[in-house]
Order: sequence, then C-alpha cells, then structure tokens
Amino acid sequence: MNGFFRVAWLVMRKDLRVESRSREMLFTTLFFAVSCVLVFSFSFVRGGQAVDGAAPGILWIAIAFSGTLALGRAFERERQHDALRGLMLAPVDRPAIYLGKLFGLLLLLAAVEAVVVVMVAFLFQAPLFRHGWMLLALLVLGTIGFASVGTLFSAMLVRTTSRAVLLPILLYPVTIPVLIMGVSGTAALVQPEPDLAMARLWITLLMFFDVVFLVLALWTFEPVMTE
Amino acid sequence: MAASETSDFEQVTVSDVSRSYGRRRALAHVSLTCSAGQIIGLLGPNGAGKSTLLGLLSTLTEPSGGKVRFGDRTARQAGAALRAQVGFLSHDLQLYPELSARENLEFFAGLYGLDNPADRVLKALTSAGLGDRADDVVEGFSRGMRQRLALERTLLHSPRLVLFDEPFTGLDEASSDALLGRLGDLRAARRIIVLATHDLDVVDGLLDRAVLLQRGRLRELGSEGTLRERYRATLAEGGDAGRVARLEASVAGASGPSREPRQ
Repeated sequence: MNGFFRVAWLVMRKDLRVESRSREMLFTTLFFAVSCVLVFSFSFVRGGQAVDGAAPGILWIAIAFSGTLALGRAFERERQHDALRGLMLAPVDRPAIYLGKLFGLLLLLAAVEAVVVVMVAFLFQAPLFRHGWMLLALLVLGTIGFASVGTLFSAMLVRTTSRAVLLPILLYPVTIPVLIMGVSGTAALVQPEPDLAMARLWITLLMFFDVVFLVLALWTFEPVMTE
Repeated sequence: MAASETSDFEQVTVSDVSRSYGRRRALAHVSLTCSAGQIIGLLGPNGAGKSTLLGLLSTLTEPSGGKVRFGDRTARQAGAALRAQVGFLSHDLQLYPELSARENLEFFAGLYGLDNPADRVLKALTSAGLGDRADDVVEGFSRGMRQRLALERTLLHSPRLVLFDEPFTGLDEASSDALLGRLGDLRAARRIIVLATHDLDVVDGLLDRAVLLQRGRLRELGSEGTLRERYRATLAEGGDAGRVARLEASVAGASGPSREPRQ
C-alpha cells in the first residue's frame, strides 16, 4: 500500500479500534441524533400526518448537530494523553494523519446516518428510499464536505481551551452551503413530483465543494499543526 | 517511510535560539550543544522554558530566532527523515489507554514503517517487563507499567536523540532505578539524551552535564557540590533568592524532597 494511504489506514484503524472499545462517540452521537429526530417528530407530525417538506431539513439538522458532537471529540483522545505529539513526531506525511481521522469520522457518521434516515423516513412518512442511490450520493458527499472542514477545525482547536464553543462558531458559517445543498437535494427527491435534474445539480455542487475543501484541508493541515 | 531512510547525526547544536508566544518570550538567546553519549539535564523552575526547549529539540516547535541544527541540518532542511531519529517521552505518556500494550506499540511501529514490527514489538514488551500483559489494555496498568511501556514506545525506532520531560514523576523507587539503568544503557549506545526534571536527587550522578533555564535564559551549573547545591547556587546567582529560600524551606519541612514547590 502507498505510504500515505497506509498511514491513513493505520490511523483510521486505530480510531475505530479505540471507538469499538469505548463506544463513547458512537453512543453520544447516535443518542443525540435520535433525540433530535424524535423531538422534531412531536412538533411536525400532527394526527399521523407530517408537515410538508419538513423531513429533509430535520434529517440534515440531525446529521449536522450530531456530527458537530463527533467532530468535537475527534482529536480529544490525542489531546488527553499527549498522543498528538507522538503522531506529529512520526516520520509520516502529516496530511495522512488528517485523512485517517477523517475516514474514521466518516464511518462513524455513516453508522449514525443509517439509523437517522430510517427514523426520518418512518416518522415523517418521507419517501427517502424512492431514489435511494441519489439520496446515498447526497448523504455521502454532504457528510464528506461537512466532516472534511470539521476535522480540520477540530485539529486546529485541539490546543485551545474554549474549543467546544469555537468549533460550531467556525464550522457552521463555512459548512452552511453543504447543509443547504444537502437539504435542497433531498427535498428535490422527496417532493411529490421528484425533480431529479435539480437533485443531480446539488450532487454536482456538493462534489465541487468536497474537492475544494478536501484539497484545502490536506494542504493546510501541516502548517496548522506546527507550532 | 522505510526505517532506513534516516538522517543520522552526532550532535545537536542550539545557536542563539529565542522563542516567543505572542508577547511572552519563553526562551531568550539560548545556546547549547548536545553530543552523542551524553546525558544533559535541563533544570529550572516551572515556566522557565524547559518544555519549550524540548519542543524545539523535538522539531515540533520552530524557533522565533536562531537555529537548531541536527548535525549540519536544520529540522526544516531534514524534514520527516529527521523525525525518525527523535524520541520524546513526555509526562503524559502518549499512549492510548483503550488499546493493549501490544496494539499501542504495533500502531507506532506501523507509523515509523519499521522492519519486522512484530519482532520489535515483542522485544520491546519483554524489555518493559510486560510480556505477560501484552494483550491487556493500558487503562488497567499502573503508572510504572505505563511509564515502562511509554519508554519502549519512545525507543522503538532506535532514535538518536531522546528527549525526556519529567520522566520520574509518579514513579516508585524500583521504577526510578530501572529508568536510571535504561538511561545509562542509552548513553552507552551513544544516544543524545536531554532530560528535563525537577528530581534533582534522583538524577544526581547520572548527568554528564546540567544546565539551568531561568526566565528563558540558559546558565551552566557550577561543578562544586551536589546537584541540588549547584542548582540552588546557580538559581541564586540568577537573582531568584526568593525561590531558593522557598526551596530550602521545603527541604527543612520534609526530609529529602526531590521536587521544588509548585508555583
């Protein structure tokens, strides 16, 4: 395996192994996302009928809020035991460390989204699976865009004391376009007459956003982490 | 990166190095030469700049002024290959408590791209005296066991420059003695060892050279008397009479304390 991706794989495998033992991030993120959807369902479902157009917004709010929770913890293990210093001292391409952390988070968020999508589809009677592949593309690309920026900001803030406050303040202004694209693309898929052309447009825009932010994050990770 | 792609050196030279964090100057015009086969003690009160200097030596921090040379190259020139020659054991042990001792070592062996990682890990576990606890998670280890494991993690890739930040903190006598023995072995293996510590009594007799960092400036310790006496004298010369008085009071209050009172 190429050295860069080998390091990313090692970091991701380590994170998943740690998570499989502590289940700290998975449970908190999942619990938060499920609670979010449940609370909204009490407000937006009346007499067994969901308010029109609510499902896409609620789906992406649950993903964004629970994702922020996960991103806040992304570098916490490295910070707590100064393991970040061990990682940064290793003779590896440092962006590979970023990529490994990002992959780990994406898998975690994918697990959460699998539950949330089913819940939203059920509670809001939203035909989310009518164009399943397109929804999958929106979710994958939207999550990559959101998490790629979030992982970089999480790394940037790892040494600051008020990182829990600063992360959402920095993250949301930058990732609002991703969330809007996600909501709009999902809305185009679940409306009574699906607008597939519009959904494809949002998917394309998400791809563009992902490429730009991934490249920027990989490029800036090393200077951001060097004192 | 393969382990063979190294950037070996026999000397680290710190030349007129300063480091500031915003308006606060942590180090001011520090010069120091560290050679292979030497253990250098970095002493000084809390906040004197010891950790900053270790950060600069580890290549993780860049100087605001001056140069740190590893052999004839700076960290920027040598890049990642130089980091393969540096080991850093800090007070926080840089281990993942949820992973087993073996998994921790395997992870770092993988990052360093070491040849025969399984053999190296096994040897390291044996050296740490953790052969029978290799598959236990680190969370359940005592401080001494964690410290031994962290030391092996630090030395897993056979670094030329080994940096220690308060390595004796929280160790019992047996663990301290074992660490002292290991430091002696490293010196015999011609490693460059820099050790920041407050445990003056423990390292007295071990150090080849001791320097004092005081308010960001470096001073050589005198040669007369015990390490503690030399430390006090140099501290007083630097105008820290109050600190020396507090130190002496703490010595009078408790027989043979190895630590300076926290500020």
